[in-house]
Amino acid sequence: METGARPAFGSASNPAPRDATSSNGKMLEVQDLRVHFRTMDGTVKAVDGVSFDIAPGSSIGIVGESGSGKSVTSLSIMRLIDPPGWIAGGRILFRGKDLTKYSEREMQHIRGDDISMVFQEPMSALNPVYTVGDQVAEVIRVHRDVTRREAMNRTVELFKTVGIPVPERRVRDYPHNLSGGMRQRVMIAMALANEPDLLILDEPTTALDVTIQAQILELVKDLRRDVNTAVLLITHDLGVVAEMSEDVVVMYGGKVMEQATVEQIIKDPKHPYTKGLLASMPSLGMRNQRLNVIAGAVPNPLNMPTGCPFAPRCPYAMDVCATMPELKTLDDGRKVFCWLY
Amino acid sequence: MIDPQHNQQAVLSEELPTPIAGPSAVANRFLTSDNEVTLVQLGQGQLIFRRFRKHRLAMAGAVTLLLLTLMGIFAPLISPEDSLNWNYLASNVPPRLTYPGASDWRYIMGSDANGHSLLMWVTYGARVSLAVGLISAALTMIIAIIVGGTAGYFGGWIDAVVMRITDVFLTLPFLPLLILLSFYISKGSMWLIVLIFGVLSWPGAARLVRGYYLTFRQQEFTEAARAVGVSDTRIIFRHILPNAMSPVIVATTLAVAGFIGAEAAIDFLGVGIKPPTVSWGLSLANSQTYFGEGNWWWALFPGLFLLITTLSINFLGDGLRDALDVRSRR
Amino acid sequence: MQEENGRKPLQVTTGPGDDVLMDVRHLKTYYPVLGGIMRRRVGWVKAVDDVSFAIRRGETLGLVGESGCGKTTIGRSIIRLLKPLAGEVIFEGKNILDLPRDEMKRTRKDLQIIFQDPYGSLNPRMPVGDIIGEGLMVHGMKNRKEREEIVQYFLSVVGLRKEYVRRYPHEFSGGQRQRIGIARALALRPKFVVGDEPVSALDVSIQSQVLNLLKDLQQEFGLTYLFTAHDLSVVEYISDRVGVMYLGKMVELATAEELYANPRMPYTQALLSAIPIPDPSVKKQRIVLQGDVPSPINPPSGCPFRTRCWLAQEVCSAETPPLREVAPSHWAACHFA
Repeated sequence: METGARPAFGSASNPAPRDATSSNGKMLEVQDLRVHFRTMDGTVKAVDGVSFDIAPGSSIGIVGESGSGKSVTSLSIMRLIDPPGWIAGGRILFRGKDLTKYSEREMQHIRGDDISMVFQEPMSALNPVYTVGDQVAEVIRVHRDVTRREAMNRTVELFKTVGIPVPERRVRDYPHNLSGGMRQRVMIAMALANEPDLLILDEPTTALDVTIQAQILELVKDLRRDVNTAVLLITHDLGVVAEMSEDVVVMYGGKVMEQATVEQIIKDPKHPYTKGLLASMPSLGMRNQRLNVIAGAVPNPLNMPTGCPFAPRCPYAMDVCATMPELKTLDDGRKVFCWLY
Repeated sequence: MIDPQHNQQAVLSEELPTPIAGPSAVANRFLTSDNEVTLVQLGQGQLIFRRFRKHRLAMAGAVTLLLLTLMGIFAPLISPEDSLNWNYLASNVPPRLTYPGASDWRYIMGSDANGHSLLMWVTYGARVSLAVGLISAALTMIIAIIVGGTAGYFGGWIDAVVMRITDVFLTLPFLPLLILLSFYISKGSMWLIVLIFGVLSWPGAARLVRGYYLTFRQQEFTEAARAVGVSDTRIIFRHILPNAMSPVIVATTLAVAGFIGAEAAIDFLGVGIKPPTVSWGLSLANSQTYFGEGNWWWALFPGLFLLITTLSINFLGDGLRDALDVRSRR
Repeated sequence: MQEENGRKPLQVTTGPGDDVLMDVRHLKTYYPVLGGIMRRRVGWVKAVDDVSFAIRRGETLGLVGESGCGKTTIGRSIIRLLKPLAGEVIFEGKNILDLPRDEMKRTRKDLQIIFQDPYGSLNPRMPVGDIIGEGLMVHGMKNRKEREEIVQYFLSVVGLRKEYVRRYPHEFSGGQRQRIGIARALALRPKFVVGDEPVSALDVSIQSQVLNLLKDLQQEFGLTYLFTAHDLSVVEYISDRVGVMYLGKMVELATAEELYANPRMPYTQALLSAIPIPDPSVKKQRIVLQGDVPSPINPPSGCPFRTRCWLAQEVCSAETPPLREVAPSHWAACHFA
């Protein structure tokens, strides 16, 4: 993507460093993150001790079912957890600095500039009373000292990049004039507007039809070739992750179960949950076979089992599973949280 | 509680990969409680009450309203002075605990220019305020359910006609019309005031009911009922009405507060309740003549009770809103 | 075959000599588009536009297609939850679209539906026992005890505890609610069940449980399914034959193996290539369609897919290709198939 010279960061009071990494080569390190929500029936530990890190320009996927804490994790990185929820512990180091310590004002400089996010439902993420062009230009003008005209020119350019036909005309459209797929392209354009170091995609294709999903996935793949942005993809669809990401974090019940390369996860899953998840997906050519299933249901977040959250459904459960297993790094470099290893 | 669900799904569990340890025996040990079903088995009523109890303000409101109602019912026991047999003793007495020649607490709220105790005004006045509020709200909602429910369920031209009529009603200026009607029709009768409130207020509530009927008519559970052959009438009453009831109950509750305020307002303007019936609004109206002379208690006590009542009702309404929502698991 | 009333099934989409349970002919279901202050009809959404197909006894016919293709509307129309504008639905020799009210009510026992939304499809104010047993009651089983026994039996059939009869829907998880919905559909012992995206709202690990359950129940109760889903792997897994819908029309229909191995219609080819496969080592040639599905209010002339089709020629806008048998038991609506 050709962008020309990057305008100086606007605010003098916040001379954010532009080097993308901290000293150890990681751009983002999530360490023992805990996010809790207060409800009338008790405290829900939506994210309970999650750690992973993202290298600059890499691509990582978080896979999990509903209630696994995958979306809450991504919202925490953006510091978008609102009461009754709060970050109860852990650190989110972005270029070595702990985002959990940032003030709301400092976070506003980060959001949409260094880290940006694309949500599942593009219709509700766009304001219906402004044109999509104005909304994208606004995001540029908030973070860059540019004129309205410059911002709009850049918006047209971005629309072209994300494959919106006739971008000069589309910038003047309102969200309801566009189809779901086009709206999601606008959201991606908006997220890329300030060349973020990290792009978070939270179920970006779940609300879209298969053929439109294919368009968006191809677009993100193309963009990854041209833009040096790390991508964090949140999804429930192992197929999408397999296509889009290099590394996968598998979450269940607010905890990480397994982290490995896509190849390792798909070809040789180690954690019983990952195994069960893969086995329960019907894939083409499985007719007349029975699906393997994981018995039982996702645990109630108010009443999580002690220890490993998957133990009640796990065919390999042992007595020791009543305590949460420590991280085990296997010989091939993958990380598993399971007493079997 | 161990979850037998796990064992029951024989169909499902036999498909598991060969485990190292038997799944059910070991796995069940981790289910210290029933993991699949959140709530202990409770009836709908118990559930609603359980949620309601957690709402402190609403509980306070409910208790206050109960006390106010008891105060109205047992007014003759509380107030030494009767609302019909007014026995003059001393006028313009400021609030005080005892008064020579009077039973202990008659002037606890003071007395007015005519020597009537404010205690009498407040206790007997509660009867009128609460009765007008409750009966008007009930009447409004009955009309609203019939009109709004019909329009919402059947839709089409029935809906169009009914809703245009409510539109007309909604454009009428409420207060001037209320004053006019009260003046010419009610002649101080509480029942006619209730009727006027009902006739003027149903359109807003009818829109609310219609909205819920429209929504629930399109819900899949209504379709499911039709798919097994359930009749329209049964769908309207057994399926949709219970679902539309909670917002209606909440709206009715909040309407009670509105009607109590409106009744006090027309009394205050002199077109509502007429003496010898006593009401809080009437007491407030009488107090204004003497307000400049420092008889603060005359306006304070009826006004205070009016405020406490409407506030309690609003808290109660809020609590009911949360408690009646079966889908809220908070 | 059903020739009692002199009608011969229109053998469009099954082989000769098949035991046809339901024969759908030239079905059209349009929704009026209302406009203006007088709410007058200003146009039609052609949700289902002249679709014909037949379903054999005991088979599962899957329908796939993107949102707005009409698959849900077909499911609702053939059990008369929606009133089609035209067409015939011959079920066991009778056109159910013509049945008088009381006869239709009796027929409803045979035609049931499982809904997509495990939350919206169960009345939150009714205990599970009443939800499942209501059909039995309106069809004449007035004895409460008798009803409850049947309800308990079907609860256990779908893998739930019998004690759940007095609980309310909100006490259950999404997967359990879907089982309750299945029990409701089965309680009347239907012959034909429409599954309207019954697993789409469920988590992957729960989805597989429900799919297995549906397959088991089909065997046990001799059910015939019409199964819709937007997930093509799910449809292929459960269906014997699969129909592909686009803009209210059926554009291809074949056995599941045949359709997935040898798609003839370009749209089907694109749809199949769009499925993300959880295998990073498979490098496949993906057909990425340009643009969006046109509006069903104003569909393109001729072939509905021609605006996005890479094979489109003049003939495609001039003539609507009929669904024709391009190979044995393989129908496709394409001039070039």
